[in-house]
This record gives sequence, structure tokens and C-alpha cells, in this order.
Amino acid sequence: MSEAVVPHKAEEPLARGAAQTGWFKRAVESDLFYSFRRSKITMIAAAITLLFFLLAVFASLLAVQNPFDPAQLQLLNSRISPLWTADGQSPFLLGTDEQGRDVLSAILYGLRISLLVGILGVVLSGALGILLGLTAGYFGGAVDGLIMRVADVQLSFPAILIALLINGIAKSLLGNKLDEMSMLGVLVLAIGLSFWVQYARTVRGSVMVEKNKDYVAAAQLIGLPAPVIMLRHVLPNTMGPILVIATINLALAIITEATLSFLGSGMPETMPSLGTLIRIGNNYLFAGEWWIVAFPGLALAILILSINLLGDWLRDALNPKLR
Amino acid sequence: MTDTVLSVRSLQVEFASRRGTLRAIDGVSFDIAKGEVLGVVGESGAGKSVTGLAVIGLIDPPGRIAGGEIHLAGTRIDNLPPEEMRRVRGKRIGMIFQDPLTSLNPLYKIGDQIVETIRTHLNLSELAARRRAIDLLAEVGIPAPEKRIDGYPHEFSGGMRQRVVIALAICAEPELIIADEPTTALDVSVQAQIISLIKRLGRDHGTAVMLVTHDMGVIAEASDRVAVMYAGRVAEIGPVQAVVKNPLHPYAKGLMGAIPTLAGEDKRLVQIPGSMPRLSAIPRGCSFNPRCAFAFDRCRVERPEPLAQGAQSVACHLYDNAPAESAA
Amino acid sequence: MLAFTLRRAIQAIGVMIAVGIISFSMFRFAGDPVNQMVSMDTSGAERAAIRQSLGLDDPVIVQFGRYVANAAQFKFGISYQFRLPVTNLLMERMPATLELAICATIFAMLGGILMGVYSALRRDTLLAHAFQAISLIGISLPTFLIGILLIYLFSVTLGWLPSFGRGDVVHIGWWTTGLLTLSGLKALIMPSITLGLFQMTLIMRLVRAEMLEVMRTDYIRFARARGLTTRAIHFGHALRNTLVPVITVAGLQFGSVIAFAIITETVFQWPGMGLLFVQAVQNVDIPIMAAYLMMVSLIFVTINLVVDILYTIVDPRLRSTVSRAH
Repeated sequence: MSEAVVPHKAEEPLARGAAQTGWFKRAVESDLFYSFRRSKITMIAAAITLLFFLLAVFASLLAVQNPFDPAQLQLLNSRISPLWTADGQSPFLLGTDEQGRDVLSAILYGLRISLLVGILGVVLSGALGILLGLTAGYFGGAVDGLIMRVADVQLSFPAILIALLINGIAKSLLGNKLDEMSMLGVLVLAIGLSFWVQYARTVRGSVMVEKNKDYVAAAQLIGLPAPVIMLRHVLPNTMGPILVIATINLALAIITEATLSFLGSGMPETMPSLGTLIRIGNNYLFAGEWWIVAFPGLALAILILSINLLGDWLRDALNPKLR
Repeated sequence: MTDTVLSVRSLQVEFASRRGTLRAIDGVSFDIAKGEVLGVVGESGAGKSVTGLAVIGLIDPPGRIAGGEIHLAGTRIDNLPPEEMRRVRGKRIGMIFQDPLTSLNPLYKIGDQIVETIRTHLNLSELAARRRAIDLLAEVGIPAPEKRIDGYPHEFSGGMRQRVVIALAICAEPELIIADEPTTALDVSVQAQIISLIKRLGRDHGTAVMLVTHDMGVIAEASDRVAVMYAGRVAEIGPVQAVVKNPLHPYAKGLMGAIPTLAGEDKRLVQIPGSMPRLSAIPRGCSFNPRCAFAFDRCRVERPEPLAQGAQSVACHLYDNAPAESAA
Repeated sequence: MLAFTLRRAIQAIGVMIAVGIISFSMFRFAGDPVNQMVSMDTSGAERAAIRQSLGLDDPVIVQFGRYVANAAQFKFGISYQFRLPVTNLLMERMPATLELAICATIFAMLGGILMGVYSALRRDTLLAHAFQAISLIGISLPTFLIGILLIYLFSVTLGWLPSFGRGDVVHIGWWTTGLLTLSGLKALIMPSITLGLFQMTLIMRLVRAEMLEVMRTDYIRFARARGLTTRAIHFGHALRNTLVPVITVAGLQFGSVIAFAIITETVFQWPGMGLLFVQAVQNVDIPIMAAYLMMVSLIFVTINLVVDILYTIVDPRLRSTVSRAH
């Protein structure tokens, strides 16, 4: 009845290494870029995400103070409300907290921690998931059975519960009082171990499909070792879905880190992430100092919303079936 | 004709798409009399099913009836408000779809689905409706209907399910039944049974039947008259014997030549070169002209109108004896 | 049907054994129970005596067997922080968590189904787009932020609702309920919304997608061709077929709701199992962590089993294929 929309050739410039020459042209002409240009919301989300990354990277240049260097804080400056309110004072654009810390500076430094933990968590979970997925799919049998049963069981529990448990176990093994950097490591580990399942399932699925194709048989015939076949030939075919999962999981990882920190099991107050800042600010909510919690909360919400929008777009753009 | 049940006049159906409006049906006209079976035949995409859906008022956006009129027993129905058209569906027009496996809601007992339909259209008590449902199941040839009425669709075979679907279509004594490829999804052995059932019901109840199919064998077996559709238009319409034995339109000729016969085993089946145009690229003039062996200049510029040729009617310039100014 | 239920039950037991091993390993290896029980100056001999009395010198498999046997009788040891049996602590707090989780689920189901059905049937209306936007925000806002926002609005600014605790509770046997007092009900509102919001967006998206899918099926087209009323088609046929998978998912999600209650309970200082668990993680109270894991897993596994069985009852196709299978 209605005219079938003939899709353009499905190009994935991000997945397949485009030839060195003209890759820019190919990227610009690709479907991905086309759908990106067409969606205003996606462009805004991308701009905001990029802005947040830049803010995090250049936090130390942009902040008026290092909010966690006690030498730079003055109690005289405590509890100043945002600049545009009656009691606002320069240079504290978004006000200050109990200890005279500039809220904006704290957000910039907190953003850095949140993004760092999120990205490292995604990298760890992705590496773990891809490795386990490749192993399960390629070898099959008992190995596959074991890995996938563990995945099944883990998937029925929310990631936050698993992250909390890992967090608690790590603290128990390493001692209750951890320094900031090891706490950061524990968080990355907790997030990494909580989110690997989706990657593993996706990769395993496509390995099962690709394994039986002729080119893999050909590669085996010319004597390429299994890991080479997997990494060089099978893995590139799964890059699209993995990229989608990674983007959506970045949002989830940041939420998980923020939640753990909010619950008091994450970054300590001496090196706070956005979640820790919200935890601190929450204590002043009833005293009427809303800005201490509101701005870190807003920053976190906008960051996650932008990444989610990017993830949604990427999922739709890389999956022609949904169009 | 006083006993005309369905009368379709210059029907046009359009679908709005991103690349502009596509005309799926372009000026289709035909009548079906009481007790008559009209076979509508053509390739997929010729507009047969869309015509059926247009008659029963189930063209969904982005599609719409863009022109023409549909009359059911003298009343115009193509412009009825949705609620009134809903009352026509099921009550005055019954419909049978292609796939009996998916036509029934899997979560309801078939009896519930029949009773629900009966009570929507007829003022009957639950009990009376159930009794009627059992009678209907018996009439369409389901054994032990008083037991089977409490079965779920998945407990029936494909042929039996199509019988249930037919029972649903006739449960309010409609004047017209539209059967859209009713046998395509069925086993060959069951097809003949279903066709003869539809034919018998039409005869017994005096129901007009519009039988949409791409299967010329089904048409020859079941219909009284046949309409051959091509690219959203009726190429030829007439009594089934005449059209099958003596097709006039070049497309109909090709179509009939493509039927294998037992008698002429040594004859090669004729194949029409090319394929039907897409809706977005229907050629000017006669839509069949690029594939037609007899096409001449006029065919490429002027659209042929239906011409009466005895009992048949054909839309082809070959039969236009009046001198046309554009003829070379 | 019986074989199917049996197979599912065996799978459930398998999961519980796996969780039991994890829980036991945590209990046994992550925290040395002796160190937690004694002071710094306890002598080695005394420690050895305690080890002996706790059976920590037995082979690991024996200890595991004992752990499972105890767990089966809901004995999970003594909390390091509270010096009380873990089971008592958990049971005391279970009613609060369950009431919260049930209210949140009801809220999520009602809201999610209504919004989902509306946005599927009136796809291009302003309200439907608004629902879509709400669902995106519901997925993007972390639970604790929603809780803080609600507290700021309804407790700090308007002063309508309490910001923490359960209000007055009534004791019915060992169960305590906040459903029978006004302050208890008021205290339930914000935590239920906070906890249910994420599930609500999930259910809404699912209902919308399923409903659109169902509306495209042949049997809905045929139902329309039969002249059934729009109401009968939408609510008799489409909704019922939509609800089968939706109820399954909502049921399976109930376990997650209980686990997610950890966050909500912390925000609202709700005296449930989740708050207990968070405090346990902060204070490295391994027995509580291990027991909580076992309890939540048990709830998960039970729900999965019940949903599987219910599913076969709701969907006649499954019922007969399952019974035909043996």
C-alpha cells in the first residue's frame, strides 16, 4: 500500500575504519551525520555534553578557587546566596556553602570526578563484557553456559544493589577508611562489575551469528589464531550496538556513581563528585540554602539527560529497523 | 438495476507520503448484484485489497478516499460519520481477511468473539446470541459446534479457523461479504472447501460477495463476474466465462495466458514482460502501455475510459472505433 | 504444566544456591567474624577458642552446609553494629519496605498504564507528547534528586507532607502498618512517588509500545471489520492483549522496586530494610549485607516463579502448549 522507504546503504563510519583519505567527506555524507543534522534536540544534547566535558577538563582554569584546598576557603564567605539574589556577592556566581566554598567551583571539580568515574566504569565494564561475550560466543559449551548463567542471575538484580555490595566487600577487605584515589578505584570497579552483562550478551549474540559465516571459516583455514579472528573480524561487526550500549551506560554509570556517593558509599567529602555535593547540600535544604543542593542537582540532571538523548538518537540512527 | 447491493463509482484512494500523494485507486467503478459473486483479480499492489478496505471504510491515515462514491443498497456509505460506518461494518458488510491464524484474538474463546459481534449488531440476549453462534458454527461446517464454541483459536486448524472467521463475517446477516484473499494462506486441499462454502453462503442468503484474489483458478471456480485490476484501475470487467475465454484487454489476455490448463499441456505459458509500475511512477496515458505489445501513440498520452463490448467492459483504446483527434 | 512449574522451581533453587555461595563467601571471607567480635587486646588463644566455638576451623564445605541450614531457618548471625540477631533487625524493618514497595508499584502501574494507553491511542496530541517528555525526564533524573525535589516542594516550601519517617504505625501481630493512620498515609505519598516514578516511566513506555504493536495486528483490524465499538476494541481487545506482557514485566520489576527502595529509604529516612542495608555498607556490617542479599534474592526468585505460573494462566496458548509438552 504505502511506498516502502528504501534506506540508504547502511554505512557505519564509526565502526569500520574508513580509508584515511576522504574519511571526513564520508562521515559528513553518512546517514549517521544526516540524522544528526536533522534532529535539533540531538545537536543541543551533543553541544551540552561537549560543554560539560570541556568544563570538567578545564575546571582548574575556570574555577575561582580550588574548593577543596582548605587554604583557599574563608569562613567569612560562607552561605552566600547566588549572585542575582539580594545577598549575592561577586565572584560567587552560584553562591557558597557552609565552609565558604564557591558552589560553581565545586560543581566544576565535582563534574570532573563524576565524568572520570563514569568513563572509567564504562571502559572497564565494556572491556569485561566484550571479553566475556567473545569467550562465551566463540567457545560455546560449558564456558558459554557458565558465563551466561552468571549474566542471567546478575541481570535480575539492579546494578545499584550489586555496586553497593561490591563497595561494601571492597571496604571490608581493604579497611573501612580508604583514601580518595582508592575510593575512586573501588567505585570504578563496582560500576564495571555491575554493567558488563549487556555488552557480553550483545557480543555473544553476534559472535554466534558471525562464527558460522564463510569468512570466519576461511580465516580459520588460513590458520589465523582464534583471538585474532575474534578481534580483527568478528568484533568490528558489533561496534554499532556496543557504542549504543556504552553511551546509554555512561549515563547509567554517572547515575550509579552519584547515587553511591549520595548514599555515603562513594566519593568522600574531601574529593566530592556531583553526588557527594548533593549529599552535602541536602543537609542545608531545610535551612533555606537551596542553592547548595540545587545547582549540583541541576548539573547532574542536565548532564544525564543530554547523554541519554544522544544515546537514544544513536540507537535509532544505527538501527535502521526502528526507523 | 433494483437488486444492486454494492455500487462503486469512480472511486479514488490516496495515500499521503513524504514524497507526495500516491494514488492507489484511480477511478474504479463496478456493481455487485444480490447473490452475485464478483471476483476482483490482479497482481499484488494493483489495488484490489485497498478497494475492499475502502468499501468497508477501513482506509487508515495516511490513506483517504479522495473521490467517487460508494453506495450500499441505495445508500451512500463512503461519507458516513465514523460511528454510523462502524454500525455498517459487521452488520451490513462482513469481511474475511487473508490469514485466519492472525484474524482471531488469541486470548478469547471463539464463542466469546462471535457472541460479542452478534450482540454488537443485534438486540439479542447473551443466551440467544450463544445459540445463534452455535448455529452459525454448524452452518460453516464446524463439527460439534456446541463443544468447539468454548475453544480458543489456537485449538483450531487453519481451515477451521477460516470457517470461524466466515461465521463471524456472516453473523449479522450482512448484505455484502468482502473476502480478501480468503484462501491464500490455506492448504490447497482446504481452499476448495472454503471457496465452495463462501459461494454456498452467498447463494443461500442472497448475499453479494466481493472476492478479492490473485488466483485466477479461484475466480473461475467461484465468481459470476470478474474485474481485472491493474495499477489502481479496472482494466476489464465482465461475466467470468467471457473474460476467461475471450479476454479483451491486452493485460487480461496476458493474465489468462498465464493460467496453466490441463488440456493445453504443450502450450507455453505466456509471460507479460516487465512488472507493474510503482504507485509513485505510474506512466502517463494508459498505465499498461510500457508493457503492452499493442500500444500506439494515443496510449501514451490519453487515458482510456471503460468501453462496453457486449457484456464486457474494457478500458483500452484498441476498442475505441470512434476516430479520435489524437490518433495517428 | 506441572513439569513446567517443576523446571522453573529447580532453576529458582539453582539461583538461590548461587546467591547462597556468594552470601556465604562474603560472610566467611570478606569479614573475619572473629575480628569483628573481639577487642584489640584479645589474646591469640582466646581468638582460637572463639574460632573453634564458631566452627570456623571446620572444612569450608561443612561451614557452607551449616550456613545454608541456618539460612533456611532464617538465622543469619549477629549484626556487628547492633549486636542483635540480623533476622530480627530485618523482620522488624520488612513491613516498612514492603508497604512502600507495594504502594510504589500500584502507583507505577496505574500511572504507567493510563499514560501509556493514552499516548498510544492519541499519539499526536499535546498531552501524549508531554507524557513522552515526562518519561524521558523520569529516566534521566536520579531517584534521589526526585526525592529531594519533592521534599523541597511539599515539605520545605508548602509544609504539606512530612519529609522523613513513616508517621504513626499500627501493630498487627509482628507486622507494622502505616496504612491505617492519617500521618502514616501522608508519610507514604512522597516516598511511593519517588520510588514508583522510574517504574512508571518504564511501564508507560512498555504499554505504549505494546499497544501500538497490538493495534497493528490482524485481529484488531478484523475486530474493526466486525464493527465492534472503538471502546470494545481498545479496552476489550487491545488493552487485554497489551497487559499480558506488561503485568509480567511489572511483576518481575517488583524485586527491583524493593532493591531500589534502598535509595528512597535513605532520602526519606524510611525505617525499612534498604536503610538498614545502606548503613550496613557504610559500617561494613557483613552479616546484614549477606542476609539482605539472601532476603532480596528470595523475594526475586519467588516473584519470578509466581509470575511464570501466572503467565501460563493468563495466556491460553501457553497453557495448552505447556500441558501438551508432557
